[in-house]
Formats: sequence, structure tokens, C-alpha cells
Amino acid sequence: MTKKEREVLIDPFFNNNPISLQVLGICSALAVTTKVETSLVMSLAVIAVLTLSNLSISMIRDYIPGSIRIIVQLTIIASLVIITDQVLKAYLFDISKQLSVFVGLIITNCIIMGRAEAFAMQNGPKMSILDGIGNGIGYSLVLLFVGFFRELFGTGKLMGVTVLDPINEGGWYNPNGLMVLAPGAFFLIALFICLNRIWKPDQVEAEN
Amino acid sequence: MQRSNNYTILFAAAVCLVCAIFVSGAAVALKPMQEANKVLDVQKKVLDVSGALAEGQELSDMTPEEITALYEEKIQAQVVDLASGNFAEGIVAADYDQRKATKDPAQSSEAPDNRAGLLRVPTNASVYSLVEDGVVKTIILPISGKGLWSTLYGFLALEADTTTIKGITFYEHAETPGLGGEVDNPLWKAKWEGKQAFGEGDFSAPRIKVLKGMALDTEEGRAHHIDGLAGATITARGVSDLVQFWLGDNGFGPYLERFRDGVADAPEGEEGGDS
Repeated sequence: MTKKEREVLIDPFFNNNPISLQVLGICSALAVTTKVETSLVMSLAVIAVLTLSNLSISMIRDYIPGSIRIIVQLTIIASLVIITDQVLKAYLFDISKQLSVFVGLIITNCIIMGRAEAFAMQNGPKMSILDGIGNGIGYSLVLLFVGFFRELFGTGKLMGVTVLDPINEGGWYNPNGLMVLAPGAFFLIALFICLNRIWKPDQVEAEN
Repeated sequence: MQRSNNYTILFAAAVCLVCAIFVSGAAVALKPMQEANKVLDVQKKVLDVSGALAEGQELSDMTPEEITALYEEKIQAQVVDLASGNFAEGIVAADYDQRKATKDPAQSSEAPDNRAGLLRVPTNASVYSLVEDGVVKTIILPISGKGLWSTLYGFLALEADTTTIKGITFYEHAETPGLGGEVDNPLWKAKWEGKQAFGEGDFSAPRIKVLKGMALDTEEGRAHHIDGLAGATITARGVSDLVQFWLGDNGFGPYLERFRDGVADAPEGEEGGDS
């Protein structure tokens, strides 16, 4: 793997994270992160769709007429998302019920279109796959971070296993209701962005 | 790069064709598995709420084949006409999809004014019975209604006296996890067990109710009231309203009455329970 390829793959983790730096795909990061399990399945679904859409768009990039390129990208992305949704319904029925409409809404996840337009339209299939996987993992890191804390502090569990014994099941831990609501996710995403920028100060924007 | 219009149109058509082939291929190929999942899901929930499982037997330890076998051995599915309470004729219970029928104008009607947030009620509804030695032990009724964010779908199980609650479960909802989602909490569901849906000998209106706060230690409270869910007042009220609706005259009321009269027996003709 050349240095360039490694950069394309690794950069979106913390240097150019789609959520914390590009601030794309926030809505699903709020909606499906109340539990680690749903965060994980959603992450895998997004990685799959992003990688395949980057690959297919990059393969036909020289043939796509400029005037209809956006709608062509969207058609390909939508098809991939429907297929992903169907696969989840067939193989992971219980989780697909919990994710409900949010799998379908991957279509509107700005990260996917963003990478198609910004990267796959200009680069070859191999680089585009790496870019897809990299950005998918970058997205997943934030989702899992948020899901971990929301499930732990919101319900006292991790992957459905009780870690902190909640009061309503006879234990001592008083679950934090804020964590399971959308604002809890906002705070956690902000915290992630904050930590990310303390570690990489060059991401801090200049004050106006 | 500028391309001719013909090229653009042809390209768009080709992309659509290829995508359509992939999407329909996936849908057709995976359909049988998805249908099987749905059927299995209903079977699991019905078994779970019916009390058919022996002590220490867990659905999560069973293979899909074992679950289906147990379901077929113990559970009888039937379809009843809600208005009359009689069994509907000419409908195969296994093929009847109540949720689909609720949306079909030919098989449903506008719901009467109700607090459960229901817009339409089906003409016919599924009922499940747990039959042991030819006697109906438990009646399992599908229930649905609005919570805070979503429509909750579930089952309510009654003992053969049609008033003692055997269990309640929801198999689909999108309430807030940790708050309204606590309707899935086994400890809360356990509070329903043994409560009386109706007053003693008085089946005119359901008395069962989910309170805001704790049920009081009065006769009414002990028999008919369920503790509310902290932080989920609206979901709890929704559950209360939907249970009352489905047990009432516009829900399964007529069927339960028939059942008590011994008219709507299990096909074997055995009368169930000590009504």
C-alpha cells in the first residue's frame, strides 16, 4: 500500500472525519445510537453502501454525462440501500425492526453522496474503495462512541448486557434519561468533536 | 464534458435498467426468508405471552424449527368477526394478515371515536388460543394503538375466565428506549400478570388501567391498576387506552362474551375455564 493509499484510508478516521470535521450524516448519528448494537449494524450498513457506491460510481465515472451525474449517483446509491435493507430484513430481522426507516434513510446520508461527488467521480476504483471504507469507518467511530455512552449511561447496559444495575430492575444505578433522547447524542457528538480537536489542534477554525 | 442528448438518455435508461435488475433480484430472492422471519416473530410473541413455555424454557435457546413445532402443537389461530364475536367463515387463519386488512377499505371500517389513536378497525381479527388437552387455557388477542411517537403492536393474553390477565407483550413500536421503550421491560410486563381486566362478574366495560405513578394499595388498585412508567406518561396512557379499546365493545368485547357463553368454543367443542 503506497503512502497515498494509506492516507486515503486512514485520514477520515480522525484527520478528516465525516461527522466531526465535515459535519455530514448527523441525523442518523442521533437517531440510531441509543444502543451499541443498532449503532454497529448501522455502521456496517453504511460502510457497505459507501464502499459499493464509491466503487460503482468510480468505475463508470468517465461515461456519466455531466448534466445528469447527480441523479445517476443517487439512483445507484438508492439501489444499494434498498438491497442492504432487504438483506437486513432477511438475515438480521430483529435489528432491522429497530433500525426501521433509518436504513432507508442512508440514501439521504450526505456522506455517501458527498464522497461520490467529491472523490469517486475523480479517482479510480481502487482508491475509491479505500476512500469508502475509510469514511465508513470514520462515521462508525463516532456512532460507536456515541452509542457506547448513550447505552451505558442511559440504560446501564452494553450490547444488552447489564453493566450498571438500574434501579427499575432492582439495582442502584439511576439511568440518565437525557442520554436516550436526541439532545444526549448532540452533547456526545460535540464532546467527540472537542476531544478530536484538542488532539488535532489544526482542525480548530480561526475565529472571525 | 458535453455529450449528445441521445447519449444522455440512453445512459440514464441503462443505469435504471441495471439498478432495477439488482433491486428486484434482491427483493425476489430474499422474500421467502423475510416472510419466514415475520411468521416466526409472531409465533414467538404468541408463545411468549401465552404461558405455553415450561418453567426454565427460553425462546432464545430454541431453534426456529422447535419454536414452530411448539407453536403448531399448542396454539390455534382463528379469525373472528369483531362486531358479532363469531368466527369468520371462509378465512384461513394462517393466511390472514390483520394489519394488511386494517388498511384495506373492503376489509375494515373507520374506527369509532376512541382514545387509542386508531383510525381504522378491521372487520375480522385474529385470535390465538393456547389449547391443552382440548381445553382453551389462554386467549391471546392482538392489540395496537398509539403511544407517544409510534403505533404499538402487541398481544394481550387472558385466561379462560376472560378477565385474568396472563401477560402482555409488544412486538413492534418506536417509543423512546429507556422511557416509553420500557414497555418491553420484563419487570413491568410482570406487573400485568394476575390483574383483572374486568370487574367481578361485570363485563360491561374494562376496568384495567395504567396509572400515572404507582397503583394504590386499595381493592381497585390491587385488582385493576398497573404502575405507570416513569418519564413515559404518554406511552403508558396509550397502552392503557389501547388495552381498554380492544377489550371493549368495539374491540374483542363481543367475542369474549361469546366465549363466556360457550358459543365461540374451540373447534373441538370443549368449553374453556370457569366462566
